[in-house]
Amino acid sequence: MKAPAAPSATLRARSEAEAARLPALLARAQHLAGAVLPGQHGRRRAGQGDDFWQYRPVQQGDQRRQIDWRRSARSDAEFVREREWQIAQTVMLWVDSSASMQFSSGAHLPEKADRAQLLALAAAILLDRGGERVGLTGHTLPPRRGAAQIARLARALAGTGEPTDYGVPDARGLPSQSHAVFLSDFLGDLVPVSDALTFAADRGVRGALVQVLDPAEEAFPYRGRAIFESIGGTLSHETRKADDLRSRYLARLAERKAALRQICGVTGWQYLCHHTDASPQVALLWLHAALGGGR
Amino acid sequence: MLGALAFTAPWLLAGLALLPVLWVILRAVPPAPVRRRFPGVALLLGLRDEDSAADRTPWWLLLLRMIALAAVIVAMAGPVLNPRGASDTRSSGNLLILLDASWASAGDWQGQISLIDDLLTEAGRDSRPVAVMRLTDPQPPEFQAADAWRSRLAGLEPGAWTPTPQMMSRAADLLKGQRFQTIWLSDGLEHVGRAGLLRALGASGAVRIHQTAGQLLALAPLRAADGALELVAQRLVAGPAQEATIQVHGRDPSGTARVLTTVPLQFEEGALQATATLSLPGELRARISRFEIAGQGHAGAIALSDDSLKRREVALIAGREDREGLDLLSPLHYLERALAPNATLLDGALMDVLPARPDVIVLADVATLAPAEEAALLDWTTEGGTLLRFAGPRLAASDVSRSAEDALLPVRLRKGGRDVGGAMTWGAPKSLAPFAPGSPFAGLAIPDDVKVTSQVMAQPDPTLADRVIAELGDGTPLVTRKRVGQGQVVLFHVTANAEWSTLPLSGLFVQMLERLAISSGSADVAEGELAGTIWQPAEVLDGFGTLRDAGTLPGVAGEALLSAPLGPDLRPGIYEGADRRIARSVLGAGDTLAPAEWPAGTDVQGLERTSETPLAGWLLAAALVLLSGDIIASLGLSGRLMLLRGAAILALALMLPDPSSAQGPEALAGEVTLAHVLTGDSVVDDLAHAGLRGLGETLFYRTTVEPGPPQGVDLETDELAFFPLLYWPITEAQPIPSDAVYARLNAYLRSGGMILFDTRDADIAGFGSASPNGARLQRIAAPLDIPPLEPVPADHVLTRTFYLMQDFPGRYVGRPVWVEAAPEGATQAPGMPFRDLNDGVTPVVIGGNDWAAAWAVDDTGASLRPVGRGYAGERQREMAHRFGVNLVMYVLTGNYKSDQVHVPALLDRLGQ
Repeated sequence: MKAPAAPSATLRARSEAEAARLPALLARAQHLAGAVLPGQHGRRRAGQGDDFWQYRPVQQGDQRRQIDWRRSARSDAEFVREREWQIAQTVMLWVDSSASMQFSSGAHLPEKADRAQLLALAAAILLDRGGERVGLTGHTLPPRRGAAQIARLARALAGTGEPTDYGVPDARGLPSQSHAVFLSDFLGDLVPVSDALTFAADRGVRGALVQVLDPAEEAFPYRGRAIFESIGGTLSHETRKADDLRSRYLARLAERKAALRQICGVTGWQYLCHHTDASPQVALLWLHAALGGGR
Repeated sequence: MLGALAFTAPWLLAGLALLPVLWVILRAVPPAPVRRRFPGVALLLGLRDEDSAADRTPWWLLLLRMIALAAVIVAMAGPVLNPRGASDTRSSGNLLILLDASWASAGDWQGQISLIDDLLTEAGRDSRPVAVMRLTDPQPPEFQAADAWRSRLAGLEPGAWTPTPQMMSRAADLLKGQRFQTIWLSDGLEHVGRAGLLRALGASGAVRIHQTAGQLLALAPLRAADGALELVAQRLVAGPAQEATIQVHGRDPSGTARVLTTVPLQFEEGALQATATLSLPGELRARISRFEIAGQGHAGAIALSDDSLKRREVALIAGREDREGLDLLSPLHYLERALAPNATLLDGALMDVLPARPDVIVLADVATLAPAEEAALLDWTTEGGTLLRFAGPRLAASDVSRSAEDALLPVRLRKGGRDVGGAMTWGAPKSLAPFAPGSPFAGLAIPDDVKVTSQVMAQPDPTLADRVIAELGDGTPLVTRKRVGQGQVVLFHVTANAEWSTLPLSGLFVQMLERLAISSGSADVAEGELAGTIWQPAEVLDGFGTLRDAGTLPGVAGEALLSAPLGPDLRPGIYEGADRRIARSVLGAGDTLAPAEWPAGTDVQGLERTSETPLAGWLLAAALVLLSGDIIASLGLSGRLMLLRGAAILALALMLPDPSSAQGPEALAGEVTLAHVLTGDSVVDDLAHAGLRGLGETLFYRTTVEPGPPQGVDLETDELAFFPLLYWPITEAQPIPSDAVYARLNAYLRSGGMILFDTRDADIAGFGSASPNGARLQRIAAPLDIPPLEPVPADHVLTRTFYLMQDFPGRYVGRPVWVEAAPEGATQAPGMPFRDLNDGVTPVVIGGNDWAAAWAVDDTGASLRPVGRGYAGERQREMAHRFGVNLVMYVLTGNYKSDQVHVPALLDRLGQ
């Protein structure tokens, strides 16, 4: 007879398991992010910042201590040294943590949720290095900068897990004119997705949609008599010949991808379909470009 | 070959009709659905199956199941292969099993015995009285219960002869007037008188013949032709070209019986005879005891050799040793030249030579003998020696046999002798008269140039005429002979050199010596010569061709010896007579083999009888295999084969190669490898492997020897050159290696290898053959080139190569270990504790202490077998390890430690 473990013991065990996951995720994300060389991006105009922008003659209203004496000494006029204006962006992340993401078709493949979290965290690290502020949508984590924020992000990503079958994008708490990244398999209802993107576009938020899919979902390699169940168990479908369904399933999947691309096109977002058997680096580079292109 | 098939319960086969029904049912039932987790199910909702029919079980899986089911049904019906046919129906009444039991059936005797065993089993089942009768030795039939005969089966042996017409008719007489069924096991040869017996048997009841179908090779007695030996082999059936090998058996110089040489024999296609010639040095030829066609296993394949190949030992003794003079004047020169090619010459004083029991003693011009010499010589002659005397000046001048006949001279001699044809004498030199018909020299041609100028003369006595075997033209005796006991005394009335006559210069001299059976290569014995003599069997052949001591078999009359048909009273073998041995082989010189011909209508079958084979078990096993295949296929179809992956890994692990299997030669040559001989007993082999691993680890930790993993050696196939040491555990059931293996083992021992023999039985019987392992060791080691052995002396190098130790325990302790004996002259160097022993390393170490068990460790280094008790046991194990270290050091460094005795001398010489 096994006595039930004390609640504190299970809590501690779970905490330790979670804690053990965090550094791993962080480390992998750091590793992934290290492959991309970022930098703070200037605004291409004079302003607050660290980098030299131009010398200009002293104008009315400039304080005397602003005069760059070294430049001024080489000529008769006085010059003021201007720096490039640098400004931090805000990038909000939404990672689907519903049950359907907890799926992988083979032992050598990561779960979709795992890949999505990895991509999100790596992107966050990259953005943080670039001086941007990163946060999570839905008022769960406001945008901030710094290593502590990355740690908080990692904890928040790893810790959440929703019981629902398919995730719904959470567009709440998006600052206007900010950027956003949504990672999910987008296999659930498309209407909330469309709504969320439209809501974001209305607030001037642009961003990227990354659809993370398992290779099995792309290929449908099933045969014979089978009952398909969703991960949460709410949906099920029985078929006598699974191989007969393949072509129609693939058509529906292509249709869905086209619909997603169309929504993105309308709202000015960018769309990527990423498979868990592909290298995460490709997706990360694409993500970096997609976010950098918005400057 | 598929024989007849029958079923014990045939109506069960009706169940096969159910199979099509089952097909339909199974086809209709789809395989159970698989539950799959799949996030994309949202996209599937609402999709309908296009094909409304169920996903059917694939046809090949159905077929598999059908076959399995059919196999079960057929198995239940009890199929039997080769059921006893109609001719074998249960019968009753007496059964007579008649055997030819000749040498020709010895080759396949085992087959005949197993057939008889089958027949007896059946007869026992039917409660029939049985009698077994051998035609080669017909005895009154005893109809007994089959079981009684089965217990006597092992004692049945074939005779070394064939049934004669007399034996056939005797058998017919014995069986007359009884009713029985006959089963006749024929040897396949035609025998005279068989038809009559067959008729008599047919009158008593049904007759069935079982006959060996195989080829039969037999060897005729050898012939000497032009200095070479001619071997003629016969075969029973003229078939395609065939090759055979004749083995020539004899004793090697050390007296061990072995195959001296082999001769290939080639039967041409369609030929019944094949001839092989063999030319051997006389010395080798004299040691031949028999010729045998290899692999035949019956007496007919053996040709015995007798005196015709023997080399006689002849002692030459001259009256005056005139070594100062010319060779040509030596009284023995011509004798030596005449005898040397074919006889072994003994040289020495008479009393020294006599104990060697020479066949012939030649006294050339020896007149007087000391009384002791004379008595000894007389004894020797009486026991069968041939004393050959030559006259000469001394004999002529002496008074020997003058007034009374000397015991060692055939005749009385007249004083002085005579000279004819000399410068001072009348008359011409005398030539020889033609030899009389009764003389041993009868028929020899006399060359014209043989002249006698001087001789000693015989006194005319009443017995003289009988004793003369050669005379001169004028009738004076030239050679006289007298029988003394079993031997004879022959006197040549001339000298053995050319002083008195030219006889020794002629070829006639050699021929005369040959006729006197002094030289070898004597001609075939004539039948007439043997009349009235009795010949005692010395060794006889049994039906399988084994030579056995004749024991108390009675003697055979000389007339019958050469030509009478063989039988229990005249067995093939070697017979001893007064002055020679005669061999009687199974096959006569003119005999041929004829295949048996049975009258038309006789029921003749082969020896092989297919036995009843119930097939139910095989079919059930096949069904089981098919159903297992069905399980795997079903799992594969429903996508659950993943579960089997673990099983597959397990199966792979089970198929991992045996660690003791061979490594590549590069690996073996690269490092010291200890090896053990694979005995075929897996327990012993594993233990030896573990033992050498343990010893290897000990060496690794304690010494600079770092051996690789030990190696099991299959003597038949593996190269031995890589191994400094072979550990050879002896098991009782170990096979004797082949000749090629022994050749390689001897080469291995001569090139510095060492074999550690371990009988593993604590040598409880002492160093001997009383224990089964010890007996096996003796048989295994007999053909090996092993020097004389002794127990390890206290100052042997083995006692100090690494550790100082005096006894060599393994799992057992205390019994001596045997190594090569030290040379006799080994002396102890002054001031040294041990002798300066031999240079070489002993090629073998023999003991029974079960060392491998004491050394053996498992993979984790823990000892496998207990040794002794407690601390004393561990101490013993430690000593066993030390012995192993010492042994390997001894093998690798040889007598290095022994050379240490020279160190003081070397230092002294260097002036240190």
